[in-house]
Amino acid sequence: MSQAEVQETLAKQLALVIDLNVCVGCHACVTSCKEWNTSGAAGPLADLNAYDEQPTGTFFNRVQTFEADSFPNTQTIHFPKSCLHCEDPPCVPVCPTGASYKRKSDGIVLVDYDKCIGCKYCSWACPYGAREFDEERKVMTKCTLCVDRIYDESLAPHDRKPACVKACPTGARLFGDVKDPDSDVSKAIRERGGYQLMPEWETQPSNHYLPRKITTSACGRSQDEFRLGDFLRTKSVPSATAEEGTR
Amino acid sequence: MKPAFSIILFTTVAGAAQGLACVLAVASLAGFAPQQASSIAMMLWVATAMLLVSLVASFFHLGHPMRAWRAALMWRTSWMSREVIVLPAFIAITAGWAVAASLGVLDAGWAQLLPWAAIVGALLLWLCTGMIYACLRFVQEWAHPLTVINYVMLGLSSGLVTATALGALAGETAFASHAGAGAIIITALAWFTRGLSLRRNARLRPKSTTQSATGIQAARVVQKSMGMTGGSFNTREFFHGASQRVYRNAKRIFLMLAFAVPLSILAVGFLTGAPAAGLLAFPLQLLGLVAERWFFFAQARHPQNIYYQMVS
Repeated sequence: MSQAEVQETLAKQLALVIDLNVCVGCHACVTSCKEWNTSGAAGPLADLNAYDEQPTGTFFNRVQTFEADSFPNTQTIHFPKSCLHCEDPPCVPVCPTGASYKRKSDGIVLVDYDKCIGCKYCSWACPYGAREFDEERKVMTKCTLCVDRIYDESLAPHDRKPACVKACPTGARLFGDVKDPDSDVSKAIRERGGYQLMPEWETQPSNHYLPRKITTSACGRSQDEFRLGDFLRTKSVPSATAEEGTR
Repeated sequence: MKPAFSIILFTTVAGAAQGLACVLAVASLAGFAPQQASSIAMMLWVATAMLLVSLVASFFHLGHPMRAWRAALMWRTSWMSREVIVLPAFIAITAGWAVAASLGVLDAGWAQLLPWAAIVGALLLWLCTGMIYACLRFVQEWAHPLTVINYVMLGLSSGLVTATALGALAGETAFASHAGAGAIIITALAWFTRGLSLRRNARLRPKSTTQSATGIQAARVVQKSMGMTGGSFNTREFFHGASQRVYRNAKRIFLMLAFAVPLSILAVGFLTGAPAAGLLAFPLQLLGLVAERWFFFAQARHPQNIYYQMVS
Protein backbone atom coordinates (compact mmCIF):
# COMPACT_ATOMS: atom_id res chain seq x y z
CA MET A 1 0.00 0.00 0.00
CA SER A 2 2.62 2.47 1.13
CA GLN A 3 4.83 1.37 -1.73
CA ALA A 4 2.29 2.25 -4.43
CA GLU A 5 3.81 5.57 -5.46
CA VAL A 6 7.27 4.30 -6.24
CA GLN A 7 6.31 1.11 -8.03
CA GLU A 8 6.56 2.59 -11.52
CA THR A 9 9.67 1.61 -13.41
CA LEU A 10 12.06 4.42 -14.24
CA ALA A 11 13.63 4.69 -17.68
CA LYS A 12 17.03 5.51 -16.22
CA GLN A 13 18.66 4.19 -13.05
CA LEU A 14 22.18 5.21 -12.16
CA ALA A 15 24.01 2.73 -9.96
CA LEU A 16 27.33 1.25 -8.96
CA VAL A 17 28.52 -2.24 -9.80
CA ILE A 18 31.20 -3.50 -7.43
CA ASP A 19 33.63 -6.17 -8.51
CA LEU A 20 34.52 -8.31 -5.49
CA ASN A 21 37.27 -10.00 -7.54
CA VAL A 22 39.45 -6.94 -7.59
CA CYS A 23 38.56 -4.95 -4.48
CA VAL A 24 41.68 -5.04 -2.33
CA GLY A 25 40.15 -3.34 0.70
CA CYS A 26 42.31 -0.20 0.53
CA HIS A 27 39.53 2.18 1.65
CA ALA A 28 40.45 4.74 -1.03
CA CYS A 29 36.76 4.91 -1.98
CA VAL A 30 35.86 5.57 1.67
CA THR A 31 38.26 8.48 2.07
CA SER A 32 37.59 10.00 -1.33
CA CYS A 33 33.84 9.80 -0.67
CA LYS A 34 34.33 11.50 2.69
CA GLU A 35 36.60 14.14 1.15
CA TRP A 36 34.22 14.98 -1.68
CA ASN A 37 31.06 15.01 0.38
CA THR A 38 32.49 16.90 3.34
CA SER A 39 33.54 19.69 0.97
CA GLY A 40 30.21 20.18 -0.77
CA ALA A 41 27.52 22.84 -0.54
CA ALA A 42 25.54 20.68 1.94
CA GLY A 43 28.15 21.33 4.61
CA PRO A 44 30.77 19.17 6.28
CA LEU A 45 30.11 15.62 7.42
CA ALA A 46 30.46 15.31 11.20
CA ASP A 47 33.73 14.11 12.71
CA LEU A 48 33.39 13.66 16.45
CA ASN A 49 36.38 12.93 18.72
CA ALA A 50 38.48 12.80 15.57
CA TYR A 51 41.73 12.57 17.55
CA ASP A 52 40.43 10.85 20.67
CA GLU A 53 39.75 7.29 21.71
CA GLN A 54 36.41 6.75 20.01
CA PRO A 55 36.56 8.66 16.73
CA THR A 56 33.22 8.58 14.96
CA GLY A 57 31.69 10.44 12.09
CA THR A 58 29.43 10.40 9.09
CA PHE A 59 30.47 8.29 6.13
CA PHE A 60 28.42 7.42 3.06
CA ASN A 61 30.58 4.47 2.12
CA ARG A 62 32.35 1.76 4.10
CA VAL A 63 34.63 -1.10 3.16
CA GLN A 64 34.08 -4.18 5.27
CA THR A 65 35.94 -7.48 5.30
CA PHE A 66 34.44 -10.93 5.38
CA GLU A 67 35.98 -14.38 5.51
CA ALA A 68 34.32 -17.21 3.65
CA ASP A 69 34.71 -20.97 3.99
CA SER A 70 37.15 -22.82 6.22
CA PHE A 71 40.90 -23.43 6.26
CA PRO A 72 42.65 -24.22 3.97
CA ASN A 73 40.09 -22.88 1.51
CA THR A 74 39.39 -19.56 3.24
CA GLN A 75 38.70 -16.57 1.09
CA THR A 76 39.09 -12.99 2.33
CA ILE A 77 36.55 -10.74 0.68
CA HIS A 78 36.64 -6.98 0.93
CA PHE A 79 33.15 -5.66 0.64
CA PRO A 80 32.37 -1.99 -0.04
CA LYS A 81 28.88 -0.93 1.07
CA SER A 82 26.99 2.26 0.39
CA CYS A 83 23.38 3.16 -0.43
CA LEU A 84 22.12 0.71 -3.05
CA HIS A 85 19.60 3.18 -4.56
CA CYS A 86 16.83 0.57 -4.51
CA GLU A 87 14.22 0.62 -7.24
CA ASP A 88 11.62 0.12 -4.49
CA PRO A 89 13.33 1.98 -1.64
CA PRO A 90 11.59 1.18 1.69
CA CYS A 91 13.18 4.28 3.26
CA VAL A 92 11.28 6.72 1.01
CA PRO A 93 7.55 6.13 1.69
CA VAL A 94 8.07 6.10 5.49
CA CYS A 95 9.53 9.62 5.57
CA PRO A 96 6.90 11.84 7.22
CA THR A 97 8.10 15.07 5.60
CA GLY A 98 8.96 14.02 2.05
CA ALA A 99 12.63 14.88 2.68
CA SER A 100 13.58 11.41 1.43
CA TYR A 101 12.83 10.93 -2.21
CA LYS A 102 13.81 8.98 -5.30
CA ARG A 103 14.57 11.08 -8.35
CA LYS A 104 12.40 10.23 -11.33
CA SER A 105 15.06 11.43 -13.79
CA ASP A 106 17.87 9.06 -12.77
CA GLY A 107 16.66 6.95 -9.83
CA ILE A 108 19.06 8.40 -7.24
CA VAL A 109 17.66 8.24 -3.69
CA LEU A 110 18.33 11.56 -1.96
CA VAL A 111 17.58 13.44 1.27
CA ASP A 112 16.55 17.09 1.18
CA TYR A 113 18.53 18.22 4.25
CA ASP A 114 16.40 21.35 4.63
CA LYS A 115 13.20 19.31 5.02
CA CYS A 116 14.61 16.53 7.23
CA ILE A 117 13.41 16.73 10.84
CA GLY A 118 15.93 14.13 12.01
CA CYS A 119 13.43 11.52 13.24
CA LYS A 120 15.68 8.68 11.97
CA TYR A 121 12.68 6.62 10.87
CA CYS A 122 14.08 6.18 7.34
CA SER A 123 17.21 4.58 8.77
CA TRP A 124 15.03 2.04 10.58
CA ALA A 125 13.34 1.31 7.26
CA CYS A 126 16.60 0.50 5.44
CA PRO A 127 17.62 -3.15 5.87
CA TYR A 128 21.16 -2.36 4.68
CA GLY A 129 22.10 0.32 7.21
CA ALA A 130 22.93 2.63 4.32
CA ARG A 131 21.82 5.83 6.04
CA GLU A 132 23.81 7.61 8.71
CA PHE A 133 22.43 10.34 10.96
CA ASP A 134 24.80 13.31 11.08
CA GLU A 135 25.28 14.14 14.77
CA GLU A 136 26.29 17.73 14.05
CA ARG A 137 23.78 18.76 11.40
CA LYS A 138 21.05 16.64 13.04
CA VAL A 139 19.75 15.38 9.70
CA MET A 140 19.84 12.02 7.96
CA THR A 141 22.56 11.68 5.35
CA LYS A 142 23.41 9.10 2.70
CA CYS A 143 25.27 8.39 -0.52
CA THR A 144 24.15 10.78 -3.26
CA LEU A 145 26.04 8.98 -6.04
CA CYS A 146 27.94 12.31 -6.07
CA VAL A 147 24.97 14.02 -7.66
CA ASP A 148 26.91 17.30 -7.39
CA ARG A 149 29.70 15.84 -9.50
CA ILE A 150 28.28 13.53 -12.14
CA TYR A 151 26.35 16.34 -13.88
CA ASP A 152 29.00 19.05 -13.40
CA GLU A 153 29.77 20.31 -16.90
CA SER A 154 32.83 22.19 -15.68
CA LEU A 155 34.45 18.78 -15.17
CA ALA A 156 35.92 16.81 -18.06
CA PRO A 157 33.40 14.16 -19.22
CA HIS A 158 35.54 11.28 -17.92
CA ASP A 159 35.61 12.91 -14.46
CA ARG A 160 31.80 13.07 -14.19
CA LYS A 161 31.72 9.98 -12.02
CA PRO A 162 31.27 9.45 -8.28
CA ALA A 163 34.38 10.22 -6.23
CA CYS A 164 34.64 6.59 -5.07
CA VAL A 165 34.72 5.34 -8.65
CA LYS A 166 37.44 7.80 -9.62
CA ALA A 167 39.54 6.89 -6.57
CA CYS A 168 39.47 3.10 -6.87
CA PRO A 169 43.01 1.99 -7.84
CA THR A 170 41.90 -1.41 -9.13
CA GLY A 171 38.80 -0.38 -11.06
CA ALA A 172 36.54 -2.39 -8.77
CA ARG A 173 33.74 0.17 -9.03
CA LEU A 174 31.75 0.63 -12.22
CA PHE A 175 29.21 3.43 -12.61
CA GLY A 176 26.40 3.76 -15.10
CA ASP A 177 22.78 3.29 -16.07
CA VAL A 178 21.60 -0.21 -15.20
CA LYS A 179 18.45 0.31 -17.31
CA ASP A 180 20.50 0.82 -20.49
CA PRO A 181 21.23 -2.72 -21.76
CA ASP A 182 24.31 -1.51 -23.64
CA SER A 183 25.99 0.23 -20.70
CA ASP A 184 29.15 -1.18 -19.14
CA VAL A 185 27.34 -1.83 -15.88
CA SER A 186 24.50 -3.74 -17.56
CA LYS A 187 26.97 -5.85 -19.53
CA ALA A 188 28.99 -6.59 -16.39
CA ILE A 189 25.85 -7.63 -14.49
CA ARG A 190 24.68 -9.80 -17.39
CA GLU A 191 27.95 -11.46 -18.29
CA ARG A 192 29.47 -11.90 -14.85
CA GLY A 193 26.49 -12.86 -12.74
CA GLY A 194 25.95 -9.55 -10.96
CA TYR A 195 23.68 -9.93 -7.95
CA GLN A 196 21.75 -7.83 -5.43
CA LEU A 197 22.04 -7.80 -1.62
CA MET A 198 19.29 -9.26 0.61
CA PRO A 199 16.97 -10.20 -2.27
CA GLU A 200 14.56 -11.63 0.35
CA TRP A 201 13.17 -8.15 1.10
CA GLU A 202 12.32 -7.33 -2.53
CA THR A 203 13.78 -3.84 -2.41
CA GLN A 204 15.36 -4.34 -5.85
CA PRO A 205 18.70 -2.66 -5.13
CA SER A 206 20.15 -0.92 -8.19
CA ASN A 207 23.74 -1.42 -7.08
CA HIS A 208 24.98 -4.87 -7.98
CA TYR A 209 27.95 -6.95 -6.89
CA LEU A 210 30.05 -9.14 -9.16
CA PRO A 211 30.76 -12.43 -7.39
CA ARG A 212 34.22 -13.61 -6.44
CA LYS A 213 35.49 -16.15 -8.98
CA ILE A 214 37.85 -18.67 -7.38
CA THR A 215 40.86 -18.89 -9.66
CA THR A 216 42.41 -22.27 -10.32
CA SER A 217 46.07 -22.99 -9.69
CA ALA A 218 48.48 -22.29 -12.55
CA CYS A 219 49.48 -25.97 -12.59
CA GLY A 220 45.88 -27.06 -12.90
CA ARG A 221 45.70 -28.73 -9.48
CA SER A 222 43.85 -27.66 -6.39
CA GLN A 223 45.91 -26.57 -3.40
CA ASP A 224 45.60 -29.69 -1.28
CA GLU A 225 47.06 -31.88 -4.05
CA PHE A 226 50.01 -29.61 -4.63
CA ARG A 227 53.46 -31.19 -4.28
CA LEU A 228 56.62 -29.18 -4.84
CA GLY A 229 58.42 -32.09 -6.50
CA ASP A 230 55.64 -32.54 -9.07
CA PHE A 231 55.63 -28.83 -9.74
CA LEU A 232 59.41 -28.65 -10.27
CA ARG A 233 59.33 -31.61 -12.63
CA THR A 234 57.07 -29.64 -14.98
CA LYS A 235 59.69 -26.88 -15.22
CA SER A 236 62.70 -27.03 -17.47
CA VAL A 237 65.75 -27.31 -15.21
CA PRO A 238 68.72 -25.10 -16.17
CA SER A 239 71.84 -27.14 -16.87
CA ALA A 240 74.47 -27.35 -14.19
CA THR A 241 77.08 -25.72 -16.41
CA ALA A 242 74.83 -22.74 -17.15
CA GLU A 243 74.27 -22.37 -13.42
CA GLU A 244 77.99 -22.45 -12.82
CA GLY A 245 78.48 -19.88 -15.53
CA THR A 246 76.18 -17.33 -13.95
CA ARG A 247 78.06 -17.41 -10.67
CA MET B 1 17.17 -1.59 18.23
CA LYS B 2 18.27 1.07 20.66
CA PRO B 3 15.36 1.99 22.94
CA ALA B 4 14.92 5.79 22.79
CA PHE B 5 13.65 7.14 26.09
CA SER B 6 11.65 9.91 24.36
CA ILE B 7 9.67 7.32 22.38
CA ILE B 8 9.23 5.05 25.42
CA LEU B 9 7.78 7.95 27.42
CA PHE B 10 5.66 9.13 24.50
CA THR B 11 4.05 5.77 23.74
CA THR B 12 3.48 4.65 27.35
CA VAL B 13 2.01 7.95 28.61
CA ALA B 14 -0.04 8.62 25.47
CA GLY B 15 -1.26 5.00 25.51
CA ALA B 16 -2.54 5.36 29.07
CA ALA B 17 -4.22 8.69 28.20
CA GLN B 18 -5.88 7.10 25.16
CA GLY B 19 -7.07 4.24 27.33
CA LEU B 20 -8.40 6.65 29.96
CA ALA B 21 -10.34 8.61 27.33
CA CYS B 22 -11.75 5.35 25.95
CA VAL B 23 -12.84 4.20 29.42
CA LEU B 24 -14.62 7.52 30.05
CA ALA B 25 -16.23 7.35 26.62
CA VAL B 26 -17.48 3.78 27.05
CA ALA B 27 -18.62 4.59 30.60
CA SER B 28 -20.55 7.63 29.37
CA LEU B 29 -22.21 5.67 26.58
CA ALA B 30 -23.00 2.68 28.82
CA GLY B 31 -24.35 4.84 31.61
CA PHE B 32 -21.85 4.26 34.42
CA ALA B 33 -19.86 7.48 34.04
CA PRO B 34 -18.66 9.23 37.20
CA GLN B 35 -21.62 10.81 39.03
CA GLN B 36 -20.12 14.28 39.30
CA ALA B 37 -19.49 16.24 36.11
CA SER B 38 -16.46 17.68 37.91
CA SER B 39 -14.98 14.17 38.25
CA ILE B 40 -15.38 13.59 34.50
CA ALA B 41 -13.76 16.97 33.84
CA MET B 42 -10.87 16.21 36.20
CA MET B 43 -10.16 12.87 34.51
CA LEU B 44 -10.36 14.39 31.03
CA TRP B 45 -7.97 17.17 32.05
CA VAL B 46 -5.58 14.53 33.41
CA ALA B 47 -5.81 12.70 30.06
CA THR B 48 -5.16 15.97 28.20
CA ALA B 49 -2.16 16.75 30.39
CA MET B 50 -0.74 13.25 29.85
CA LEU B 51 -1.16 13.67 26.09
CA LEU B 52 0.64 17.03 26.21
CA VAL B 53 3.50 15.47 28.20
CA SER B 54 3.78 12.72 25.60
CA LEU B 55 3.69 15.27 22.77
CA VAL B 56 6.58 17.17 24.37
CA ALA B 57 8.46 13.89 24.88
CA SER B 58 8.07 13.03 21.19
CA PHE B 59 9.78 16.29 20.21
CA PHE B 60 12.92 15.20 22.06
CA HIS B 61 13.34 12.44 19.48
CA LEU B 62 13.76 14.94 16.64
CA GLY B 63 16.99 16.47 15.38
CA HIS B 64 15.09 19.55 14.19
CA PRO B 65 11.97 20.01 16.38
CA MET B 66 11.20 23.40 14.78
CA ARG B 67 10.54 21.64 11.48
CA ALA B 68 8.12 19.15 13.04
CA TRP B 69 5.14 20.68 11.19
CA ARG B 70 6.52 19.26 7.97
CA ALA B 71 5.86 15.76 9.31
CA ALA B 72 2.13 16.13 8.56
CA LEU B 73 2.76 16.26 4.81
CA MET B 74 3.32 12.64 3.76
CA TRP B 75 0.17 11.09 5.24
CA ARG B 76 -0.48 9.21 2.00
CA THR B 77 2.49 6.91 2.49
CA SER B 78 3.89 7.33 6.02
CA TRP B 79 2.34 5.97 9.22
CA MET B 80 4.47 8.40 11.19
CA SER B 81 2.96 11.28 9.24
CA ARG B 82 -0.52 9.91 9.96
CA GLU B 83 0.36 9.73 13.66
CA VAL B 84 1.54 13.35 13.55
CA ILE B 85 -1.93 14.33 12.27
CA VAL B 86 -3.99 12.09 14.55
CA LEU B 87 -2.15 12.95 17.80
CA PRO B 88 -3.01 16.70 17.86
CA ALA B 89 -6.52 15.90 16.60
CA PHE B 90 -6.98 13.47 19.49
CA ILE B 91 -5.57 16.02 21.96
CA ALA B 92 -8.09 18.54 20.61
CA ILE B 93 -10.97 16.07 21.05
CA THR B 94 -9.93 15.21 24.61
CA ALA B 95 -9.33 18.85 25.56
CA GLY B 96 -12.63 19.89 23.92
CA TRP B 97 -14.45 17.19 25.86
CA ALA B 98 -12.69 18.35 29.06
CA VAL B 99 -13.85 21.92 28.39
CA ALA B 100 -17.43 20.73 27.77
CA ALA B 101 -17.34 18.73 31.02
CA SER B 102 -15.93 21.72 32.93
CA LEU B 103 -18.66 23.99 31.55
CA GLY B 104 -21.29 21.39 32.41
CA VAL B 105 -22.67 21.18 28.86
CA LEU B 106 -22.19 17.42 28.39
CA ASP B 107 -25.93 16.95 27.79
CA ALA B 108 -25.94 19.21 24.74
CA GLY B 109 -26.56 17.41 21.43
CA TRP B 110 -23.10 18.00 20.01
CA ALA B 111 -21.44 16.99 23.27
CA GLN B 112 -23.05 13.54 22.92
CA LEU B 113 -20.75 12.97 19.95
CA LEU B 114 -17.57 13.61 21.98
CA PRO B 115 -17.29 10.08 23.48
CA TRP B 116 -17.61 8.57 20.00
CA ALA B 117 -14.99 10.96 18.65
CA ALA B 118 -12.66 10.08 21.53
CA ILE B 119 -13.02 6.33 20.87
CA VAL B 120 -12.38 6.73 17.14
CA GLY B 121 -9.44 9.10 17.79
CA ALA B 122 -7.83 6.79 20.35
CA LEU B 123 -8.18 3.72 18.11
CA LEU B 124 -6.75 5.58 15.12
CA LEU B 125 -3.80 6.80 17.18
CA TRP B 126 -3.04 3.27 18.38
CA LEU B 127 -3.28 2.03 14.81
CA CYS B 128 -0.82 4.70 13.60
CA THR B 129 1.62 4.11 16.47
CA GLY B 130 1.52 0.34 16.06
CA MET B 131 1.80 0.46 12.27
CA ILE B 132 4.93 2.65 12.48
CA TYR B 133 6.64 -0.50 13.75
CA ALA B 134 4.51 -3.20 12.14
CA CYS B 135 5.00 -1.82 8.60
CA LEU B 136 8.78 -2.36 8.68
CA ARG B 137 8.69 -5.77 7.02
CA PHE B 138 12.30 -6.68 7.68
CA VAL B 139 12.15 -5.99 11.43
CA GLN B 140 10.53 -9.39 11.88
CA GLU B 141 9.80 -9.02 15.62
CA TRP B 142 7.58 -6.02 14.80
CA ALA B 143 6.13 -6.93 11.40
CA HIS B 144 2.96 -8.59 12.67
CA PRO B 145 -0.63 -7.51 13.57
CA LEU B 146 0.16 -8.43 17.21
CA THR B 147 2.26 -5.25 17.40
CA VAL B 148 -0.83 -3.09 16.80
CA ILE B 149 -3.00 -5.33 19.00
CA ASN B 150 -0.55 -5.00 21.87
CA TYR B 151 -0.39 -1.20 21.60
CA VAL B 152 -4.20 -1.19 21.88
CA MET B 153 -4.36 -3.77 24.70
CA LEU B 154 -1.57 -2.25 26.80
CA GLY B 155 -3.05 1.23 26.31
CA LEU B 156 -6.52 0.04 27.34
CA SER B 157 -5.11 -1.85 30.32
CA SER B 158 -3.12 1.14 31.62
CA GLY B 159 -6.07 3.45 30.86
CA LEU B 160 -8.38 1.26 32.96
CA VAL B 161 -5.88 1.18 35.83
CA THR B 162 -5.53 4.97 35.59
CA ALA B 163 -9.33 5.34 35.60
CA THR B 164 -9.58 3.09 38.68
CA ALA B 165 -6.97 5.19 40.50
CA LEU B 166 -8.55 8.52 39.49
CA GLY B 167 -12.06 7.24 40.32
CA ALA B 168 -10.85 6.27 43.79
CA LEU B 169 -9.20 9.68 44.22
CA ALA B 170 -12.39 11.49 43.18
CA GLY B 171 -14.52 9.37 45.49
CA GLU B 172 -16.43 7.87 42.54
CA THR B 173 -16.60 4.41 44.08
CA ALA B 174 -19.08 2.91 41.62
CA PHE B 175 -17.12 4.11 38.58
CA ALA B 176 -13.83 2.98 40.12
CA SER B 177 -15.24 -0.48 40.86
CA HIS B 178 -16.45 -0.86 37.28
CA ALA B 179 -13.11 0.37 35.92
CA GLY B 180 -11.25 -1.92 38.33
CA ALA B 181 -13.21 -4.96 37.12
CA GLY B 182 -12.55 -3.95 33.50
CA ALA B 183 -8.87 -3.45 34.31
CA ILE B 184 -8.62 -7.00 35.65
CA ILE B 185 -10.17 -8.49 32.49
CA ILE B 186 -8.26 -6.33 29.98
CA THR B 187 -4.91 -6.62 31.79
CA ALA B 188 -5.27 -10.41 31.75
CA LEU B 189 -6.09 -10.27 28.02
CA ALA B 190 -3.15 -7.93 27.37
CA TRP B 191 -0.87 -10.34 29.25
CA PHE B 192 -2.11 -13.07 26.92
CA THR B 193 -1.65 -11.08 23.66
CA ARG B 194 1.79 -9.79 24.72
CA GLY B 195 2.65 -13.36 25.62
CA LEU B 196 1.66 -14.42 22.11
CA SER B 197 4.08 -11.92 20.58
CA LEU B 198 6.86 -13.03 22.97
CA ARG B 199 6.22 -16.61 21.92
CA ARG B 200 6.24 -15.67 18.25
CA ASN B 201 9.47 -13.69 18.60
CA ALA B 202 11.18 -16.54 20.45
CA ARG B 203 10.44 -18.81 17.47
CA LEU B 204 11.42 -16.37 14.72
CA ARG B 205 14.22 -17.30 12.39
CA PRO B 206 15.92 -14.29 10.81
CA LYS B 207 15.30 -14.22 7.07
CA SER B 208 18.56 -12.39 6.38
CA THR B 209 21.90 -14.09 6.88
CA THR B 210 25.50 -13.03 6.40
CA GLN B 211 25.26 -14.97 3.12
CA SER B 212 22.20 -13.09 1.84
CA ALA B 213 23.59 -9.77 3.09
CA THR B 214 26.85 -10.16 1.18
CA GLY B 215 25.83 -12.59 -1.55
CA ILE B 216 28.89 -14.72 -0.75
CA GLN B 217 27.90 -18.32 -1.34
CA ALA B 218 29.74 -20.37 1.27
CA ALA B 219 28.67 -22.44 4.24
CA ARG B 220 30.70 -20.23 6.56
CA VAL B 221 30.82 -16.45 6.07
CA VAL B 222 31.96 -14.31 9.01
CA GLN B 223 32.79 -10.65 9.27
CA LYS B 224 36.38 -9.80 10.06
CA SER B 225 36.04 -6.01 10.01
CA MET B 226 33.09 -3.62 9.88
CA GLY B 227 35.34 -0.98 8.36
CA MET B 228 35.83 1.31 11.35
CA THR B 229 36.96 1.05 14.95
CA GLY B 230 35.23 3.90 16.80
CA GLY B 231 31.63 2.98 16.00
CA SER B 232 29.10 4.85 13.92
CA PHE B 233 25.42 5.69 13.78
CA ASN B 234 24.89 2.10 12.67
CA THR B 235 26.49 0.67 15.81
CA ARG B 236 24.68 3.12 18.13
CA GLU B 237 21.11 3.17 16.77
CA PHE B 238 20.49 -0.49 16.07
CA PHE B 239 22.00 -2.31 19.09
CA HIS B 240 20.44 -2.00 22.56
CA GLY B 241 23.91 -2.14 24.12
CA ALA B 242 22.71 -3.68 27.40
CA SER B 243 24.10 -6.85 28.92
CA GLN B 244 22.21 -10.14 28.60
CA ARG B 245 21.44 -9.89 32.32
CA VAL B 246 19.76 -6.50 31.96
CA TYR B 247 17.92 -7.74 28.86
CA ARG B 248 16.54 -10.83 30.61
CA ASN B 249 15.65 -8.86 33.73
CA ALA B 250 13.80 -6.22 31.70
CA LYS B 251 11.55 -8.98 30.38
CA ARG B 252 10.97 -10.42 33.88
CA ILE B 253 10.32 -6.95 35.31
CA PHE B 254 7.78 -6.02 32.65
CA LEU B 255 5.92 -9.32 32.93
CA MET B 256 5.70 -8.79 36.71
CA LEU B 257 5.01 -5.06 36.91
CA ALA B 258 2.87 -4.56 33.81
CA PHE B 259 0.69 -7.62 34.33
CA ALA B 260 1.13 -9.89 37.37
CA VAL B 261 1.50 -7.23 40.09
CA PRO B 262 -1.33 -4.85 39.01
CA LEU B 263 -3.61 -7.85 38.40
CA SER B 264 -3.00 -9.15 41.93
CA ILE B 265 -3.43 -5.71 43.52
CA LEU B 266 -6.63 -5.03 41.57
CA ALA B 267 -8.00 -8.49 42.34
CA VAL B 268 -7.45 -7.92 46.07
CA GLY B 269 -9.06 -4.48 45.72
CA PHE B 270 -12.02 -5.99 43.85
CA LEU B 271 -12.59 -8.77 46.37
CA THR B 272 -12.32 -6.42 49.35
CA GLY B 273 -14.40 -3.70 47.66
CA ALA B 274 -11.49 -1.24 47.78
CA PRO B 275 -10.95 0.28 44.31
CA ALA B 276 -8.32 2.54 45.92
CA ALA B 277 -6.01 -0.41 45.13
CA GLY B 278 -5.79 1.28 41.73
CA LEU B 279 -3.69 4.00 43.32
CA LEU B 280 -1.03 1.42 44.13
CA ALA B 281 -1.38 -0.47 40.84
CA PHE B 282 -1.07 2.65 38.65
CA PRO B 283 2.57 3.72 39.34
CA LEU B 284 3.79 0.11 39.43
CA GLN B 285 2.17 -0.70 36.08
CA LEU B 286 3.55 2.48 34.51
CA LEU B 287 7.05 1.35 35.50
CA GLY B 288 6.28 -2.07 34.06
CA LEU B 289 5.11 -0.54 30.78
CA VAL B 290 8.31 1.51 30.51
CA ALA B 291 10.24 -1.77 30.87
CA GLU B 292 7.89 -3.40 28.34
CA ARG B 293 8.51 -0.69 25.78
CA TRP B 294 12.29 -0.85 26.40
CA PHE B 295 12.16 -4.59 25.76
CA PHE B 296 9.98 -4.09 22.66
CA PHE B 297 12.82 -2.09 21.10
CA ALA B 298 15.69 -4.16 22.49
CA GLN B 299 14.20 -7.42 21.22
CA ALA B 300 13.94 -6.18 17.61
CA ARG B 301 16.93 -7.40 15.62
CA HIS B 302 17.52 -5.15 12.63
CA PRO B 303 19.01 -6.90 9.58
CA GLN B 304 21.56 -4.08 9.18
CA ASN B 305 23.28 -5.47 12.31
CA ILE B 306 24.64 -8.30 10.13
CA TYR B 307 27.00 -5.71 8.62
CA TYR B 308 28.23 -4.51 12.03
CA GLN B 309 29.46 -7.58 13.87
CA MET B 310 33.21 -7.18 14.20
CA VAL B 311 35.63 -4.37 15.01
CA SER B 312 39.20 -4.96 13.87
